[in-house]
Amino acid sequence: MLRAQFSKAGKGKYLSHLDLMRLLQRAFQRAGLPLTHTQGFTPRPSVSIALPMSLGTESLCELLDFQLEGEAPSPEEIRDRLNRALVPGVEILRVYEWGRKIRELRLLESAVTLEYDRGVPPEAVEQIAVLFRRQTLPVEKKSKSCPVEQDIIPLIRRIAVRQTGAGELELRALTHCQEPSMNPMQLAQAVDRYLPEIRPDFARCLRLALYDEQEHEFY
Amino acid sequence: MTDLLGRILPTVQKPARYTGGEYNEIRKDPGQVRVNVAFCFPDTYEIGMSNLGMRILYGVMNAMEGVWCQRVFTPWADMEEAMRRNGLPLWALESGRPVKDFDLIAFSIGYEMSYSNILNMLRLAGVPLEARERTGLSNIVFAGGVCAFNPEPLVAFFDFFSLGEGEESTVEIVSLYDKAKAEGWDKPRFLREVAQIPGVYVPSFYRHEYGADGTIAAIVPDAGVPATARKRIVEDLDNAFFPTKMIVPSTEIVHDRANLEVFRGCIRGCRFCQAGFSCRPVRKKSAQVLYRQAVETLEDSGINELTLSSLSTSDYRELEALTDKLLPYCRERRVNLSVPSLRADNFSRQLTARLQNQRKSSLTFAPEAGSQRLRDVINKNLTEEEILSSCAVAFAGGWNSVKLYFMLGLPTETEEDVLAIAELIEKVAATWRANAVNKKRGLRIHAAAAYFVPKPHTPFQWEKQLPMEEYLRRARLLKERLRNVRGVEFNYHDPALSRLEAVFARGDRRIGPVLRRAVELGARLDGWDEYFSYEIWLRAFRECGVDPDYYACRGFGEEEILPWDTIDVGLKKDFLLRERRRAYEGRTTRDCRAGCAGCGADALLKEAVCDA
Repeated sequence: MLRAQFSKAGKGKYLSHLDLMRLLQRAFQRAGLPLTHTQGFTPRPSVSIALPMSLGTESLCELLDFQLEGEAPSPEEIRDRLNRALVPGVEILRVYEWGRKIRELRLLESAVTLEYDRGVPPEAVEQIAVLFRRQTLPVEKKSKSCPVEQDIIPLIRRIAVRQTGAGELELRALTHCQEPSMNPMQLAQAVDRYLPEIRPDFARCLRLALYDEQEHEFY
Repeated sequence: MTDLLGRILPTVQKPARYTGGEYNEIRKDPGQVRVNVAFCFPDTYEIGMSNLGMRILYGVMNAMEGVWCQRVFTPWADMEEAMRRNGLPLWALESGRPVKDFDLIAFSIGYEMSYSNILNMLRLAGVPLEARERTGLSNIVFAGGVCAFNPEPLVAFFDFFSLGEGEESTVEIVSLYDKAKAEGWDKPRFLREVAQIPGVYVPSFYRHEYGADGTIAAIVPDAGVPATARKRIVEDLDNAFFPTKMIVPSTEIVHDRANLEVFRGCIRGCRFCQAGFSCRPVRKKSAQVLYRQAVETLEDSGINELTLSSLSTSDYRELEALTDKLLPYCRERRVNLSVPSLRADNFSRQLTARLQNQRKSSLTFAPEAGSQRLRDVINKNLTEEEILSSCAVAFAGGWNSVKLYFMLGLPTETEEDVLAIAELIEKVAATWRANAVNKKRGLRIHAAAAYFVPKPHTPFQWEKQLPMEEYLRRARLLKERLRNVRGVEFNYHDPALSRLEAVFARGDRRIGPVLRRAVELGARLDGWDEYFSYEIWLRAFRECGVDPDYYACRGFGEEEILPWDTIDVGLKKDFLLRERRRAYEGRTTRDCRAGCAGCGADALLKEAVCDA
């Protein structure tokens, strides 16, 4: 099994998870790197993304597991060939063997940026910091059937709020991303819901890094 | 990408269709570009990106030095609303540049019900709608595609039309524009010169006069302008441009696969079919070239699905040689090969069986009419025996579902013909009972009836469309008759859309104001159920004082000047009339391979001969 770390940013952020899977499968084909296929009635190429991402999120730390048919070229060559076969916005950062078991992945560090077109309201930083010190903070979580309420406080290991520009606040957070998981965009949703007077005009999310339970970087 | 777009995109459905940036998208240095072409498809990205003609011409134009052709599609309603709210004009995907900044604005038009999208796109672009309002050399708006074979309803909005296949003529048009821009011509001069290119029709050079009864009394060309404009064809398909470096969409589209066109034209002569007549003559493409292009396309794109397309793929002479080479290649590379448009003949059955071990395709027949009498009238060379024996083979091979397509309102249709549709469906069901290997799963027959739309350049171009109430009566009769037949699901088309299609297909210049008014009233995305509003159209007709039935239901006289008489697709009018007579006599015409019927389209060929 091989693993690739890749980024998804710029135009790439508008690709859905399914779009991204299809894009990656075709990129392997274009790069002349045939993927092995699953057994069964409808064989599928053996590629999987560790943490599927919702549309609109950017990331510098995605993980992709795959298996190649026959003898694999060097990791550097795989990376370069894939990058030539990919599109702007999706870039393979490195390829390596023997990555850690995905089930040991626990935490995601991300930056959620809140944009205020008329400038960051005074005391917004403080209000938001206080908000995330509450005992419970129920926020809606999208699920396949119907939206459910999820208390995000137990899922936030650390969070820091700071002003990063005249009209921008950044929530830098370390949150649980596996069993159970939360979407960092729920941090922005919490602001919308509990601090409607300082609701931002726009919010965006960038995944920065992955960690295990002990906060060692996960790769 | 602008900040504004960055704000909008996360809020609309499927934003990836608005960003560009796909694999094989063509990007050029704007400083090196002399002619910018906005290539517009008047439907959504998912439909337009599935269109082979669009892909070919995108490649053709971008292969020209100094020319950058960029794509524009119809935004979905949520994006349109966001654009209007934010004052964001329609842009081209490659550069994000507004369409109103382009030199040439080209449309590919294949479907009458996209006319509202054309006008709406021009409005969203901020380009003046009518040709006469655009006085400069920039923003020249032109169109090609099968709807250009009767462009009259659209002439107010377009500067000119490119008739027929565009591989060669598009290069000539764009090159002429390049010269015009360099030399600083004015628009009238450019139009005079572009009219000299064979296949170009400049409607403002023709005046339509109407008689007291409302019919066209005369079509008067300006001095020195030929009476008709003749469509262009490519004679040598083997050496014609073919885009083996296709844009690979990053998001799912309707036909998300590589598409290989095996030949052009059709030998069949089904009398209702516009493509079958207007795309003549038959021109072959060699299996060798097709195989090479298939391999190149698949390897370059990484796509794992390939379709062989044409109007009737069983009639491709080298189908066996091609599939013999393609099948092992596709199997090896896990590419799914699909071959639609096969006839119910022996070879096709064997081929279907060989394709089947990849993935089970659907079994589909288009008998169009229920009775043999009516099938003879429309010259649909498909007998009941062929349908039933093909079904028997398929059912014995494990198939349990079949799709059957019919039309209602065909010329000379009687109630008996209508009920014969039900009888044919019942015979298919009986064939299943007699042949199916696994009856536990049950049989599914999906039968659908469409409302016949008479089209220009066919033997039925003079025909009446059935009144809507009568169509509905016949459709309901059939629905009722099939209600208790087990395993049969019967649907019929909503007649409103087909009524408008009939009006636009055979409309004249008096339809233009209706289009404009309907779009002002909010018509758009008419091909999509969720947005189509017949009420808007009826109101536009009423306000413009135009009776849609005049175009759809009146029927045109054989002596009458037809709105599309200026357009020469290579067919002789007396051939179409002869075919019409034979239809009424219930006489079939053999396919072109069995004997030339003398349609006249071979005269379009200068070097090659018709390969029917």
